[in-house]
Amino acid sequence: MSIDLRIPMGMMFTMTGAILFAFGLSTRGNTLLYARSLGIDVNLWWGLVLLVFGIAMLIFGRRNQMCIAREDQKTKS
Amino acid sequence: MSNLASVDWMILLLYLFFATGIGFSLKSNTNSTKNFFQAGRALPAWLCGLAFLAAGFGSEEVIAMGAAGAKYGLAGAEFYSIGAIPSMLFVALYLMPIYYGSKARSVPEYLALRFDEKTRLLNAALFAAMTLFAAGVSLYAMARVFNALQIFAVPLRGLGLPPQAVVMVTLAFPALVVLAYIFFGGLTGTMYNMVLQFFVLVAGFFPMVILGLRKIGGLSGLKAALPATSYLREFGGAGSGGIAAIFAALGLGIVFGAGFWCADFRVLQTAFAAKDSQSATRTPLIAAFGRLFAPLLLVLTGLIAIGMPTPHTTTTVREDNGAIYHEITVVPPAAEAGQGLVPAEADAAGQPVRDAAGHTVLNYGQAMPNLLPQFLPVGVLGLGVAALLACLMCAVATNIMAFSTVFTCDLYQSRIRKGASDKHYLAAGRWAAAAGIGLAIGIACAAMRFNDLLVAMTLVFATVNAPLFALVLLGIFWKRSTGHGAFAGLLAGASAAIAHHALTLPIAAQHGLHGGWIAVFHRYPSSLAQGLWTIFLAFSASLLVAAAVSLCTDARQETDLRGLVYSLTPKPSYSRLWWQRPEALALLILLLAAALSIALA
Repeated sequence: MSIDLRIPMGMMFTMTGAILFAFGLSTRGNTLLYARSLGIDVNLWWGLVLLVFGIAMLIFGRRNQMCIAREDQKTKS
Repeated sequence: MSNLASVDWMILLLYLFFATGIGFSLKSNTNSTKNFFQAGRALPAWLCGLAFLAAGFGSEEVIAMGAAGAKYGLAGAEFYSIGAIPSMLFVALYLMPIYYGSKARSVPEYLALRFDEKTRLLNAALFAAMTLFAAGVSLYAMARVFNALQIFAVPLRGLGLPPQAVVMVTLAFPALVVLAYIFFGGLTGTMYNMVLQFFVLVAGFFPMVILGLRKIGGLSGLKAALPATSYLREFGGAGSGGIAAIFAALGLGIVFGAGFWCADFRVLQTAFAAKDSQSATRTPLIAAFGRLFAPLLLVLTGLIAIGMPTPHTTTTVREDNGAIYHEITVVPPAAEAGQGLVPAEADAAGQPVRDAAGHTVLNYGQAMPNLLPQFLPVGVLGLGVAALLACLMCAVATNIMAFSTVFTCDLYQSRIRKGASDKHYLAAGRWAAAAGIGLAIGIACAAMRFNDLLVAMTLVFATVNAPLFALVLLGIFWKRSTGHGAFAGLLAGASAAIAHHALTLPIAAQHGLHGGWIAVFHRYPSSLAQGLWTIFLAFSASLLVAAAVSLCTDARQETDLRGLVYSLTPKPSYSRLWWQRPEALALLILLLAAALSIALA
């Protein structure tokens, strides 16, 4: 059985979200940087959204993988 | 365009790392042709559905959709949906159970089961050529976009590379990433990446659309900012207007959409990988659900790009502590001659290109890429660039994976070398993918030399897919259709497409790849209209000839056709609860589509 896609995907989005969130936090109030995005700190907010999405993917993927492992054990025993 | 900061690079590299990493992690699993070409027929419906959607984006190209939005407006983009949604529901309910149940590994293989080997051979050869051409064009589009954005140019020039080499690297590097995950991961690797690409795409473009809409003043502001044109006029034939044009648009749109979603193996291969028949049926339905909302994300970017003010070379004089500064922002002439953020096509000297009527020719493909640096600040900009890269790589991967499958199963195994071991065909598939990437890079280089090659894409589609769709319809729904009929239909359709292209020309286009290379009998109002009529004629010619020849030749025994023809296949028994049946989901999608069209009209 190949790996559940949600695990690498969750890892990627969690990391991306964390990077963006941290960067957004450190550049908060930098009007020059956020002039493009109409003064909104997009990094902070979008980073947060991606972080939540990534963690949710990780949880679902993990749960599914454990379900499969349990079923495999049942069929073996 | 601004340079990417280190945060941007970090995000971009993170994406590339995971893209290749997924391929490598599947390496030990990809140990048989079933795993390589069919992802072991073990993937869940949600994954196949999202991959189906992404494969569709890949082949019609996200860039093209943004471009269509910029070129033909929301109505024009809706038009893509006119064909897409009903076709996806149709393929789910009627074709997928047959395709999947026949256990064919590819669409040409289904043709072999239903008709005969010669039909399969002809279709497989045409299809393989089409995928290589499309992969090359996608690679070319990728190089063009990234060159215009100057993203890879800065770090590469730092290494002391000449501009020519920089272009080659922007071309070859993403191609190698794609090859890595196809080579090691097979269809599983490709589909896992498609789903990842889908999510990266949404993550990268969504903030851009929201910010763009805010800036331009919401949907009403967008409508006000757009030039008022009736886009529907473009679809009908010359002279026809009103209701007739709308019906023509509907008819043509349905044939175009159906040819793509119902018969194109590039998309269907994702559903062939589903774990069971029920999942295979659900795959296009899930994709259709996503397809409903995709235009909102993609087409809007094109519209926003058109609606933004056109950049001009400006000089602002500023006084600072008694000193006077002249700040000059220089805009290239091609960008200045464009509309909104969509620049004009530039010739070798950087001057805007004009057509025969004197209008500037706009480079719509640049609509979406130009919007990225406009709204995304450092940080999410990296994600936006990753999204752009993801959708372009998806287009290349879809084509190369389909090429590898069709080449190995339908040309190599059935014609060149029969009866070799599974290991042998697995290696053949891997190396076919590698050779495919190499050829695609070659085609991309040729496209760079001859810019006009791009317009031949619709012709290629009409020659390959439109006749195929006619055959699939006849094969599945008419048990009387025969192998000789199918073969004749395929030939007739392809010739009709080429002949029509050779005899007509869009208004204000030059002879050559745009058409009219024998004589010009008819002029269409736009190249879109010409392309759609080519597709329609190819489809009709194929349908009529195949039917006529079938009636003159002997039909196959009904017992041989069990499971290959709709009327001779036992219906799958779904759950007795009506809301769990695929028909219920299809109806819901249809109602949503209608509601959405009314809301946007």
